[in-house]
Amino acid sequence: MIDFEQVTITYADARTPTLVDVDLHVAEGELCLVVGRTGSGKSTLLRAVNGLVPHFTGGTLAGRVTVDGRDTRTHPPRELADVVGVVGQDPRSGFVTDSVEQELAYGMESLGLPGDVMRRRVEETLDLLGLHELRARPLEQLSGGQRQRVAIGSVLTTHPSVLVLDEPTSALDPPAAEEVLAALQRLVHDLGVTVLLAEHRLERVVQYADRVVSVPGDGRALHAGSPEQILRHSPVAPPVVELGRIARWDPLPLSVRDARRRAPELRERLAGLHPSTGPSANGAAPVDRVVTATHTEVAALESVSVQLGSLLALRDVDLAVRPGEVVALMGRNGAGKSTLLHTLVGLRTPRAGTVHVGGQAPSTMAPGALLRHVGLVPQEPADLLYAASVAAECAAADADAGAEPGTCRTLLERLVPGLDDDRPPRDLSEGQRLGLVLAIVLTANPPLLLLDEPTRGLDYRAKERLAGIVASLAAEGTAVVLATHDVELAAEVAGRTVVLADGEVVADGPTQGVVVGSPAFAPQVAKVLAPSPWLTVGAVAEALEVLP
Amino acid sequence: MLTGRTALLPRQLHPGAWWLWALGLVAAATRTLNPLLLLLILAAAAYVVTARRTDAPWARSFAVFFKLALVVLAVRFVAQVLLGVAAGETVLVTLPQLPLPDWAAGVAVGGAVTLESVVAAFTDGLQLATILACIGAANALANPKRLLAAVPAALYEVGVAVVVALSFAPSLVTSVQRIRAARRLRGRPDRGLRSLVSVALPVLEEALERSIALAASMDSRGYGRRAEVSAATRRLTGTSTLLGLLGIAVGIYGVLDATSPPVLGLPTLLAGLVLAGGGLVLGGRRAVRTRYRPDPWTAPEWITAGSGLAAAVLVIVGGVIAPEALAPSTHPLVVPPLPLLPTVGVLLALLPAWLTPPPELLVRDVRRERAVAATSTSTKVGT
Repeated sequence: MIDFEQVTITYADARTPTLVDVDLHVAEGELCLVVGRTGSGKSTLLRAVNGLVPHFTGGTLAGRVTVDGRDTRTHPPRELADVVGVVGQDPRSGFVTDSVEQELAYGMESLGLPGDVMRRRVEETLDLLGLHELRARPLEQLSGGQRQRVAIGSVLTTHPSVLVLDEPTSALDPPAAEEVLAALQRLVHDLGVTVLLAEHRLERVVQYADRVVSVPGDGRALHAGSPEQILRHSPVAPPVVELGRIARWDPLPLSVRDARRRAPELRERLAGLHPSTGPSANGAAPVDRVVTATHTEVAALESVSVQLGSLLALRDVDLAVRPGEVVALMGRNGAGKSTLLHTLVGLRTPRAGTVHVGGQAPSTMAPGALLRHVGLVPQEPADLLYAASVAAECAAADADAGAEPGTCRTLLERLVPGLDDDRPPRDLSEGQRLGLVLAIVLTANPPLLLLDEPTRGLDYRAKERLAGIVASLAAEGTAVVLATHDVELAAEVAGRTVVLADGEVVADGPTQGVVVGSPAFAPQVAKVLAPSPWLTVGAVAEALEVLP
Repeated sequence: MLTGRTALLPRQLHPGAWWLWALGLVAAATRTLNPLLLLLILAAAAYVVTARRTDAPWARSFAVFFKLALVVLAVRFVAQVLLGVAAGETVLVTLPQLPLPDWAAGVAVGGAVTLESVVAAFTDGLQLATILACIGAANALANPKRLLAAVPAALYEVGVAVVVALSFAPSLVTSVQRIRAARRLRGRPDRGLRSLVSVALPVLEEALERSIALAASMDSRGYGRRAEVSAATRRLTGTSTLLGLLGIAVGIYGVLDATSPPVLGLPTLLAGLVLAGGGLVLGGRRAVRTRYRPDPWTAPEWITAGSGLAAAVLVIVGGVIAPEALAPSTHPLVVPPLPLLPTVGVLLALLPAWLTPPPELLVRDVRRERAVAATSTSTKVGT
């Protein structure tokens, strides 16, 4: 269905080609997963399928890409619209119209399909993706998962035989991601659509893949093979696979269900042992639900309610954070996680209740003073970057924080070694950019660090590095609050987990107690080994005294 | 043809019909300075809006326009009191006057305020306010984007550009707010003009990235596909469109300028319209697009557009018969009459309030639905 023959792609202003001599054949009806580090050329590979590379982006493509017999050399993207459907990373930026139904019909209108066909296909697609209740809804009122499903639906109505998705679940909470993946699964099974999918969150998708293609990103050839073959030797793998590796299971389990069937044997081996590492052991002691503000706390919210427009985003929230504590803030999209973080830095003023950060209300602090009490890395780290080069950004951060010149640069070297001084900050990879913003925020040495969705767009290696940074900050006494959908990260670094739902705290306690047994928020290891209290591969490996 | 009963099933009326109706009222308002008639037009527009608007975001625009109209009225009134030269004898108050040099004759700062000039200013302002309210009514009743979707196929690209620009503006505002707020996190002031200037670069970069992503998405979804058209047809399209536009320009000039020969007037305008229309139809052949669920144009649309037109025509005819009734004298002050024909015309414009299908409520109660969704998720989690 999709054929790459000796494809080399070089962008106009690049010295080296992004992809070299790629040979790839995806058969009809296959769900093919593309993995690789950030910047390895995954997106380029995906966008070459419908000719966006090079027709739209510029650059040169040597070799041949054919889809369903059509050569992208002679067919620009619009001429392939009836064969390939492309869904980008952020569905919002791809929407042309303003309501669900119109958006689904847009592609068909462009192809000039007759009215009765359009009407029928819109209805079919609404049913297929479970969108019928949202048909008249304006697009901006949709949740993340709904939006992603509408984006998929909008390319499906032209009945393409190939669907290309670039990180469809990376911005979604676990339930919404499952929603989207279930829809994809249905397309592959019922309609025989060929799917090419790039995703960093292997743990979510690898079990659905028929084949995995790994893009090394350094000019070497692609590896393609069954998920098991690729993951057996891959340096990065989802936790369930790593658990399989250290337990020496063969064949390797790809899904929690596979692993669960082998789990009794492992549980027996682990019986009597207790997780010695991991956050539950080195984190703070269990915290009482209601804490009064004392000066040992870095920050405290007392019965705080925050109103955004007509929506009560936080309702009567109590939360206290102590030095050296790592708190994971979980909950579905729109549950109030970001609002809580924004309240802690004074971007939102509570309607009722009091907020203390370092003994003061953050909304009344001058920005210059606030910096020394609390630092926030927002969901879009790039929001904090204004300068033209990394060096200028670091110098500005030193000046803003009144720190000694060079402080920020030294921090950056620790977080992201070897970053070029002259690079424009906005052109960095996601991981590098996050590192730079973290360095900027940490320059003022705040006792409380807030991270909003830090793992969005990070590959496994960047995530591992982030986990290390958070752990060492906590060890030095900095309190860290991270709002995240990434249950694996939370399990690894957070000693305490707070779950928000519709602006209310529904659970607050040691991570172990909160996430074990929760279908949405349990990490894979916990799902496999439940009811035993194991959360991470590292803890299991240590107990078994093998290296992961 | 739809029967009377199915024609009135709830649906959205064709946006073009609402615009024609509103433009008819605007035309009527421009022809009269009679405050009673103007208030009647205002009332008719407001009544129809309340009866037939949806709960979509744009439906709130009538209130916005109405407030704007009140501001216009107030500004006109204050300007007359402070700056206008008083006419008439009924002095209400005398403000202290600022002596002005000779070349500023016609402007007086302060001075006597007469009832006559205040009433004249009020009717002037009322006319402008009524026109604004009518435009607001059209905005509230018709989705502006649906109206753009109804443009001829040849103008489709222009329509898309406008739609994209319309949805772009609000997102630009949100990103300015977000990035400006982020300045606080770097310890810099997040208020004041300087903070606004410094976020320009990131905001523009984001806007550019977003438009490139949108263009890529549109391209891969078949935007800009073209049917093969012969070179002769293309040439004919270009020629007839160009000649048509030229004819329209000359024709309008001829109609407005009383001294030009009559041939340059209406006949040229009509010929120009026909040619330009032909050009659009021919140009539409290149587009392969079809339209999903196009708004039908049936009896209620005819009634709506017709009632607006009737209001305009009857007011104009009424003006020809009795000009003084449409522009009652303010000097000397007379009680404005209520001329029969124009009044009937404006009352006709009320018809759409009953003779059009009621709107479907587009946006259902979102919060309630969200609550339902939340409970269903939590039960799933609980089991």
